[in-house]
Amino acid sequence: MDGPPMPAGAAIPDEGLARLMPMFARLSECGHIRAAGPTLRRICGNIDLAGRRFLDVFDVARPHAVRSCADLFDLSDRKIVVRFRALPAQQLRGHLVRLAPGDGAIVNLSFGISAAEAVRDHGLSHADFAPTDLTVELLYLTEVKSAVMGELKSLNQRLQSARRKAEAQALTDPLTGLANRRAFDLALDRAVAGTGRGMSFALLHLDLDRFKQINDSLGHGAGDRVLAEVARILRAQMRQNDTIARVGGDEFMAILMGASEPESLLRICDRVIAALEQPIDYEGTACRISGSIGVARSVSYARPEPRRMIEDADAALYHSKHMGRGRTTIDRPGHDAAA
Amino acid sequence: MHGLINRSIQCFLRETYGAAFWSQVAQAADVSPEGFETMLSYDEAITDRVIDLAARDLAKPREALLEDLGIYLATLEPLRRLLRFGGVDYVDFLHSLDDLAERAHLAVPELDLPDVHLKPLGPDRFRLVCAGRRGYRAVFAGILRAMADDYGALALIDAEEGAEAVAIELLQTRFAEGRRFDLALGGTA
Repeated sequence: MDGPPMPAGAAIPDEGLARLMPMFARLSECGHIRAAGPTLRRICGNIDLAGRRFLDVFDVARPHAVRSCADLFDLSDRKIVVRFRALPAQQLRGHLVRLAPGDGAIVNLSFGISAAEAVRDHGLSHADFAPTDLTVELLYLTEVKSAVMGELKSLNQRLQSARRKAEAQALTDPLTGLANRRAFDLALDRAVAGTGRGMSFALLHLDLDRFKQINDSLGHGAGDRVLAEVARILRAQMRQNDTIARVGGDEFMAILMGASEPESLLRICDRVIAALEQPIDYEGTACRISGSIGVARSVSYARPEPRRMIEDADAALYHSKHMGRGRTTIDRPGHDAAA
Repeated sequence: MHGLINRSIQCFLRETYGAAFWSQVAQAADVSPEGFETMLSYDEAITDRVIDLAARDLAKPREALLEDLGIYLATLEPLRRLLRFGGVDYVDFLHSLDDLAERAHLAVPELDLPDVHLKPLGPDRFRLVCAGRRGYRAVFAGILRAMADDYGALALIDAEEGAEAVAIELLQTRFAEGRRFDLALGGTA
């Protein structure tokens, strides 16, 4: 046995309780507040709590509403949730311990999960909490968590924009800004799939004439200038939802949505070739090129297939070249309305 | 090394000595032009390379640069706040450094801050022992200086030569009005 035996019922004075539990309230046998801790008084707006009936100041919300003092004391040793009646938003978590009969009870309260709001609303500081209270740690963690989440969010945004950029680069021809072969193949698959829903399209294959001579005689700078101009011409002659791609050195392909009439296709192609035949200025030298075009139309097939259409447009293009360049051939020659 | 640490070194160098200086150090140290990402991990050696190159280019002792880094860190508002959560006064704060590594783990499990221990040597004298990597002593000396100002305490702080430790002599706990700290962001009190 260490030291003399404790006298039975040694009571902790209220000021000691206040330091141990700054949000305590000591209740009399009839449920009146006899003493309250400093932090509890503070969040109640520094009103004098002593002498008031606990249930007049606080409303017990859980585990169930309580009207009488006896009902309140029956909640001894359970988690209770109370609300300060004057500030209904503030929910407090509580723990009531019944003392010896006749001695009333002690209630200890805490902020629970809404600690940050309470601390902000009442301007609480370290000194308002017992050293064992983890409320400050909770606030610390909340702040750390938002800092870390902020970092993750900005990392995600950077990754997202890098991904978009990489995707765009993977589908774009860097010199002309047109789609590349990969993007074109994807667009052709989509267009072919669309024919199942009754849509039609035409596949254009354009090969430049005399481009190699310009590259060889004036250098790559001139070649690049010409290719950029060709891209501009194609964009100008086609519509927004058509796909235009550079698929090789001086080869271009386009998908013209909704185009199936040979007359209108011929008109478009003639305009493109006429524009290509305008001299292109490169550092004072006029570069003259032309182009040959082959066209395959989705309406010429019972069931269009991408590879087949590319082959047929290619055959039509070859025919245009064979017939003397600077012209357009629609549908593979000798294969009228192939099945 | 955790990206958070590398990133804070990057921000310190860029904000203190300019973007051009940072780019030059980053290039020489083989850091990607985008710099460090806070939430990724990096090889330990790259951190030392950045510090060494920056110290060399600034013709500044490595220790002095690291101490400036510590001061810079403790004056960043979010970090200052996290440090101030440690205690009501400077002594409380000093004691809270024992929990620093654990606190950091709570926030970012991969972040390994050095284990530091505060040894009280007398009523007003302490020694902060930093285990782990070299250089932390100087960073902590900077942090402790800046936080003494923040709390309004007057203290002598010396990074001990040859030992990974910082000596702290507290002359006055309430020397000046410290900076204000509200537990909740946007506090009213």
